[in-house]
Amino acid sequence: MNRTKWRNAGLELARSKMGIAAIAILVIFILGAIFAFLSPHDPNALDALQRLKSPSSEHWFGTDDYGRDYFARALYGGRVSLMVGFSAMILATTIGTVVGVVSGYFGGWIDNLLMRLLEVILSIPTFLVMLLLSVFLKPNLTSIVLIIGLLMWMNLARIIRAETMTILEREYVLYAKASGQNHWGIIFRHIFPSLVPVIIVGATNNVASAIMMESSLSFLGFGVQAPNATWGSMLNNAQGYIAQAPYLALFPGLFILLTVLSFNILGDILRVGFEPKLGKR
Amino acid sequence: MRQLIARRLLQTIPLLLFVSIACFALIKLAPGDPVLSFVTPNMHPEDIERIRHNLGLDKPAYIQYLLWVKELFQGNLGYSLVNHQPVMDQILDRLPATAGLMGCAIALAVLIAIPLGLTAGANRDRWQDRIINLISYVGISVPLFYLAILLIYLFAIDLHWLPIMGMRTIGVHSAWDVIKHGILPCTVLAFGFLSVYVRYIRSSTIGQLKEDYVQIQYAFGATRRQVLFRHVMKHVLLPVITLLGMSMADLVTGAIVTETVFSWPGIGSLGMTAVKGMDYPVIMGITLFSALFLIIGNLLADILYGFADPRIKSTR
Repeated sequence: MNRTKWRNAGLELARSKMGIAAIAILVIFILGAIFAFLSPHDPNALDALQRLKSPSSEHWFGTDDYGRDYFARALYGGRVSLMVGFSAMILATTIGTVVGVVSGYFGGWIDNLLMRLLEVILSIPTFLVMLLLSVFLKPNLTSIVLIIGLLMWMNLARIIRAETMTILEREYVLYAKASGQNHWGIIFRHIFPSLVPVIIVGATNNVASAIMMESSLSFLGFGVQAPNATWGSMLNNAQGYIAQAPYLALFPGLFILLTVLSFNILGDILRVGFEPKLGKR
Repeated sequence: MRQLIARRLLQTIPLLLFVSIACFALIKLAPGDPVLSFVTPNMHPEDIERIRHNLGLDKPAYIQYLLWVKELFQGNLGYSLVNHQPVMDQILDRLPATAGLMGCAIALAVLIAIPLGLTAGANRDRWQDRIINLISYVGISVPLFYLAILLIYLFAIDLHWLPIMGMRTIGVHSAWDVIKHGILPCTVLAFGFLSVYVRYIRSSTIGQLKEDYVQIQYAFGATRRQVLFRHVMKHVLLPVITLLGMSMADLVTGAIVTETVFSWPGIGSLGMTAVKGMDYPVIMGITLFSALFLIIGNLLADILYGFADPRIKSTR
């Protein structure tokens, strides 16, 4: 059952040109982030003589207002953006899965309590709260991951809850219950494996949203602080030089767009692959 | 129908209660003593205590909460720590700018999304669908501030067609001036909403085209265009009502980023200023306000949907 699901997802991915393009883009960006140190330029080295130079063979993406090499900054910026995106995704996906499974499996007052909590969080303008928390917590990598991760798990929790409730009806789970296995045994051995596809799709979408959130926060000046750059904060800075040096805005924004786009496309392809009946609608 | 409304209203009350507790807790947990914003360096400790007493800050937290709720019912959201103006007045002052912008953006998005979604759904997996699909992928993936910067560069800086920021040119009081300022932020926001609507309409079009009535219309000799725009559209518009309800939340804060980029004087940029100045009463006012909008929006959407589709009340 599960093996065919995986094969379907793989086939779906291999068949789709958009999917292959998305993977290629992500691989390039991730490699770029890992091997950023190979860049001949220091991302934080100031050079007053090289201010706001247009792209050239020496500086591929030109230089910014402090004369720093923009390509190196984009590489290191991508490192921070991707790292925050993945870490926040892991946090949000973990919370979403735990809340969803617990709520769906145990039902009753636990479910009621968790779902009311979820509704309260969903009713509050999350982005405003993120801004507020990032002011309280003095932005650094950890606090930003926490802020984004803690406010992004709600949708996945709902999906996992619904999925858990349908799996609970399956016969093998009913047998496991009837044969007196304990709750955690049933959850880990019988329910969790069937949830993995849903979790992977949710996680892929969560990376996209987390990167978007981080960029928005950084763009507004609430993210990782200078001199470290992320794609969002580079755009924030570029806004001031838009008339003289539009390329400063062009590159980082394009990278955010391509990364988020790729994750979104991957998420959709995987969803169709895992649940052909649902996705084809 | 009446039952549905009553049940939904009853669910809303505890939700509002919890949201208000959450808001209050956030104020209490926030670092910094609110009294300090009224204190000048040469005040006596007794004076500070008196201010604390007058503000009710020496009472236990639950009493403070109840007093706060009592004030809320009288329309008092407290006073800004920065400029000491009533929070309610500031929000109401900014509401028209945001509501106007959001209203235009949502209307524009719906108007474009209906033909796009119908076309994509009717031509599933053909080139029209692929192009529209790509547009909506870009729509959900592009950071709106990036789109805003690109549009500002193109239309305001390069072509000089439109103003860069703000809502009015100083000294000019014409509607046309406001519209000119509003075009870019409205376009940016509409693009953000568009993709969600298109995907929704596309998938419900695909579902509707399988229904019997479509076959019957074809049998009676209706053309594709007639079937699509007369009959399918009616059914497809239903779920759009729900989407509009969800967009109500953005009415208040969804525009934070866009309003900031364009210096649009709405609630989003008020929130931004408040966050920067750690102006908790204003932040909490906006939070509460937008939670209220969201809850009412969802409630209205559910009720409208119930009216439009009588099957709902029997299924739930």
